[in-house]
Amino acid sequence: MNVLVCISNVPDTTSKINFIENDKVFDINGVQFIINPNDEFGLTRAIWLQKNDQAIVTVVTVGDISCEPILRKCLAIGANKAVRIDFNALDGFAVAEQLKSLCEKESYDLIICGRESIDYNGGMVPGMLAQMLGFSFITNCISMDLNGNEVKAKREIDGGIETLSCSLPIVIGAQKGLVEESDLIIPNMRGIMQARQKPLDVLPSANSSTKSSVDQFEKPPVKGSVKLVDPENIDELISLLHNEAKVI
Amino acid sequence: MAILVYAESQNGKFKKSSLEAVSYGRALADESDQDLVAISINSEDPNVLANYGPDKVLSIKDSSLINFTAQNFSNVISQYAKKEEVSILVLSSAADSKYLAPLLAVQLDAGLASNVVSSPISISPLVVKRSCFTNKAFNNTTLKGSTNIICVLSNSFGVHEKQSQPEIIEVNLSANNDNKVKVESVDEVTGTVSIADADIVVSGGRGLKGPENWHLIEDLASTLGAATACSKPVSDMGWRPHSEHVGQTGKPVASNLYIAIGISGAIQHLAGINASKVKVVINNDPEAPFFKAADYGIVADAFDVVPKLIEKLKAFKSQ
Repeated sequence: MNVLVCISNVPDTTSKINFIENDKVFDINGVQFIINPNDEFGLTRAIWLQKNDQAIVTVVTVGDISCEPILRKCLAIGANKAVRIDFNALDGFAVAEQLKSLCEKESYDLIICGRESIDYNGGMVPGMLAQMLGFSFITNCISMDLNGNEVKAKREIDGGIETLSCSLPIVIGAQKGLVEESDLIIPNMRGIMQARQKPLDVLPSANSSTKSSVDQFEKPPVKGSVKLVDPENIDELISLLHNEAKVI
Repeated sequence: MAILVYAESQNGKFKKSSLEAVSYGRALADESDQDLVAISINSEDPNVLANYGPDKVLSIKDSSLINFTAQNFSNVISQYAKKEEVSILVLSSAADSKYLAPLLAVQLDAGLASNVVSSPISISPLVVKRSCFTNKAFNNTTLKGSTNIICVLSNSFGVHEKQSQPEIIEVNLSANNDNKVKVESVDEVTGTVSIADADIVVSGGRGLKGPENWHLIEDLASTLGAATACSKPVSDMGWRPHSEHVGQTGKPVASNLYIAIGISGAIQHLAGINASKVKVVINNDPEAPFFKAADYGIVADAFDVVPKLIEKLKAFKSQ
């Protein structure tokens, strides 16, 4: 079985978010980039398929050479090979089109993406890719079991969980729960050494269209300081929430 | 040309986020001088939408669309979007609508912006403000499709009542559904409020010392009609289910009131809940970072304060 895991290069979750050039460009100065957390849950699930079902796991990202360290990390975690599509995409639509062109050349049975990236939070790529390829699509996926061609999956809905079934090929939108935080694989020295020998192919970009552009960033307004309430005077809190904040 | 809004329902009832999407669509239709068409699928009472201002309601009834399946729903919605020559399709940020959005974007060859927080900055070209970096920032996005899709972030625009006398068109579909993805079962937590729909969220952290103390969170939540949530360590330790984890890698929260109890306020947690309008923190550590992000705070032991707060709130509610 061929599994593709789509990886997004994102700022570490603890990063301070700042912008430069009149708030038009994200300031990468001092920012550590990581595998998008939702993608990493998906990668871990794919590695289990490699261990248990002899799946071949390919990781792919769309981006310039600055994305290669996270692809090497994916290889160190255990992916068989990595592909970088050399393209600076302006929106999710373009990313999905680049991935589509790879998927048309190779044949993947299972494609795992994170449900959304933690930088643009668009949640666009997995669904768009599925629709472009005519694959089934399950997002917010918190469990997935394969039995031959048959997939059984659970997804989180508002206020509950839904159990779904379908056949391969499929695109999954992964999130925490697909594997647990404690299941994430920390690369060991052997993995890191092996990763250096594994293929990391750089592919030229395909034609793609752009349907949106980000023009300007803005940080949320600076918060006023907290109003502290005496623990002996709970009535004051209730009064503030009722009369001042008007939320109860 | 028209604005189309998909009014999502759950078990036949419109979600609050759908009514917010209809309100958003109404404002957009007024600003761009177009008609607002709402589409509902298997809603019990499409007339409810007349309180929020659509010019036309397409009420689709189809027994094969009782369970939500993204492919079938997006086929139906895109079919009507093409028929109505839609310029902008408005969706909510409910789980199913967010699931549909990218499928619809490909079917309609449309530009898509999710997590949109306010009315467009400009209609032509279409520029919207959306939340990004998990609420640590916003960006202005220009949508360049001939059709575009906007997903409105929950609780950002608000539900605005506006009476209208829409033409309500009942459509009986015999959709040829391919049902590639089958729904086997739906397990809904009944009797509680979901985090996505909640006006108030009560959230607990490690400061509560163990799952056996969660009655404090649950009692406070039920007093307020609130949803319950938790911090990442709490869900990682298995004290509470993942579905309650809010923060950067968990669920986003955009409630009117967020009450954090025994949560220190790591940057990832604050990012996830930052879209909430009013934040209250109860923590015995005055140095907890949450005090910098909160509107109101009490420096005290949760085990002392929360029972008192519940008692006082019950008295307040019964007034």
